[in-house]
Amino acid sequence: MAKAKAKKQQQEQTYSSDGASAPAVDARSPEERLPRHARQHHDLPDREQCEEILRKMLLIRRFEERAGEMYTKAAIGGFLHLAIGEEAAIVGATLAMRDTDYLISTYREHGQALARGTDPKNVMAELFGRQDGVSKGHGGSMHLFDCERRFMGGYGIVGGNLPLAVGLGLSSDYQETEDATVCMLGDGAINQGNFGESLNLAALWSLPVVFMVVNNQFGMGTAIERASAITDLSKRGDGFGVPGSRCNGMDVLDVRAAIEEALRRAREDRTPQLVEAVTYRFRGHSMADPEEYRSKDEVEEWRRRDPIATFGERVTGEDVMSQDDVDSLDQEAQSRVEEAVEFADQSPFPELDALYDHLYAYGDQVPGWYVVDERAPETHKGEDLRDSSSDAMRELAEAGAAYAKVGDAEDRRKRSDPEEGDTESAGPRDEEGGAD
Amino acid sequence: MAEVRYREALNQAIREEMEADEKVFIMGEDIAVFQGAFKVTQGLLEEFGEKRVRDTPISENTIVGAGVGAAMGGLRPIVELMTINFSLLALDQIINSAAAIRYMFGGQVGVPMVIRMPQGGGHQLGPTHSHSLEAIYLHVPGLLVAVPTTAADAKGLLKAAIRDDNPVVFIEHEALYGQRGEVPENGDGELMRFGEAAIRREGDDVTIVGISRQALIAADAAQTLADEHEIEAEVIDPRTLRPLDLDTIVESVQKTNRAVIVEEGWPHGGVGANLAALIQEQAFDHLDAPVQRVTGADTPMPYSKPLEQAAMPHEEHVVKAALSTFRDL
Repeated sequence: MAKAKAKKQQQEQTYSSDGASAPAVDARSPEERLPRHARQHHDLPDREQCEEILRKMLLIRRFEERAGEMYTKAAIGGFLHLAIGEEAAIVGATLAMRDTDYLISTYREHGQALARGTDPKNVMAELFGRQDGVSKGHGGSMHLFDCERRFMGGYGIVGGNLPLAVGLGLSSDYQETEDATVCMLGDGAINQGNFGESLNLAALWSLPVVFMVVNNQFGMGTAIERASAITDLSKRGDGFGVPGSRCNGMDVLDVRAAIEEALRRAREDRTPQLVEAVTYRFRGHSMADPEEYRSKDEVEEWRRRDPIATFGERVTGEDVMSQDDVDSLDQEAQSRVEEAVEFADQSPFPELDALYDHLYAYGDQVPGWYVVDERAPETHKGEDLRDSSSDAMRELAEAGAAYAKVGDAEDRRKRSDPEEGDTESAGPRDEEGGAD
Repeated sequence: MAEVRYREALNQAIREEMEADEKVFIMGEDIAVFQGAFKVTQGLLEEFGEKRVRDTPISENTIVGAGVGAAMGGLRPIVELMTINFSLLALDQIINSAAAIRYMFGGQVGVPMVIRMPQGGGHQLGPTHSHSLEAIYLHVPGLLVAVPTTAADAKGLLKAAIRDDNPVVFIEHEALYGQRGEVPENGDGELMRFGEAAIRREGDDVTIVGISRQALIAADAAQTLADEHEIEAEVIDPRTLRPLDLDTIVESVQKTNRAVIVEEGWPHGGVGANLAALIQEQAFDHLDAPVQRVTGADTPMPYSKPLEQAAMPHEEHVVKAALSTFRDL
């Protein structure tokens, strides 16, 4: 700790020097950082919508808090990126979307899945690495997906989802639908080459894509002003033909208004849009982050703009809902999350046999060896078995262990019990007698 | 059947599949107005229009990524990259997106797309335009990899690739674009399948596996071995590296007891290294000699003509390698 403290002092010294070696620390208050029109007033929507907004934001908040706890208890492995503080950005954006619009996100995306309506049980089960996870335990926290709700995934590579968003926009345009795509990215992704490439292509081809920068002001532990020469990120689309706007990412109604307008332009005018939502994550980049790069005071100051608390105060202050109503929504969120934890805990780990599942689509055209299993010497039985009988190779593949001309576990099950399914489509090589 | 060039065969495959399926489209650098750096897409813009034949900016990673997204949205994109060296700019989207998406999202969505790219030396294009990198793509689970050698395979495998529901890295060879061969007309003959090697020449004495253009070099070497050394080589062109028709290769080695693998790419971690490992695991007791590899030089591709030629495998190297498997006799 002492070492860390010394390091921090050293950093502060560097900042307070003449600035030749590092940019001066950005001392702007949240008020100064938030866009001017953030003071713009949005009327509260009707009670039903206010409830919906609060219900979603609370679900995300409680889900994230509980996920953090489960991570510290080692029920969740790997990385865990929490979006506490960013709920207004997530919910505001999804509220502005149609059900048929695509949403594609970064690796901080539990909330995006929940806001799109994915069952928290399946999201939590994915974090637990269980069979009932949305991605069946293959993806984890950073790779949630819900095809049915057009939540097109979380992506672990910074900026890696931008080209995919262009492709989704292209597919909508090509198929002449009215669907649009909202692509969320972090402020860290702004400086990836993909950003310029993707905005240019979307503008060039007039695609219905809204690029939404969820600017939480840090790329991992590096403050935005230490990474971007221009920190008004809404201007970063100008050179690519993508008009930009900023909104207050701590105000769910401001975000909704901004994304609604951007979606309208993207959809109707076929002009992709860039929207910057200025927000703040109250927790570290991931659970592994000691947060030495920012002061507690700064975090506290942003916490005073907590998007859920401020919205809650407004709805009670304007008598749209009572405090009891708000509390009961919170209770509801907590119990849904509790159920999700119980569900995830009960859900079995994936069968080891599922290791190769979903790697390939096995059509009816392909014999040959898709994958080679070299995990252990005892799986190198190919030669003996090949020599002893032509069925042996098939048995080996069906066992799923060795040199596998493996299909999915499902395919293998079908093959071992031919009455269950179409053996031909599962493994044409079987029909040809293995060693022809 | 008609005799056409390899590039025309590819063009026919794209045209026929675009005619058959509205969802198939092609995009890439200089493929529409310019009609392709290697003229594979000649005439397609005129026939299918701007919507389905799309020039792109020089943004390899985003072109491929846009293809992946379009495939996730229900289309069947063909993405042309100008050379395999340029595909390195798109490795993120090829490996982290195209190859991984079906798996990491638990099979909820697939990526039916073809990423075409030519490779290979011989035109003095130097160290950034001439490499043979099929081993990189073979390395990646989730991708299918085709390396067609003949015009017929170019057409047949490309049609199969476009219809396949997996992401396919389709590796052409720059020196083969002008090669002529018999090619079936549309609807003439069965759809070619991945995972089926072609035995280009039958023989009992030594198995020579040639990858991409090296399958032709291997066939030339086999002729020389027969004419000058009374050795009958069996020449196998795997045609696709994933899935791999290992059965045909192993069965041949069991017959000949000798194996030579020829590739234009680098030796370390190459296709030959991989195949040699698989052969010794599967047919160790059948081998009468170490598996021999003939590869490109372990250097970036040099520009100067004699140096470039020295960096590439030639028939004489294959003949020597095959003869060396008989040194115990």
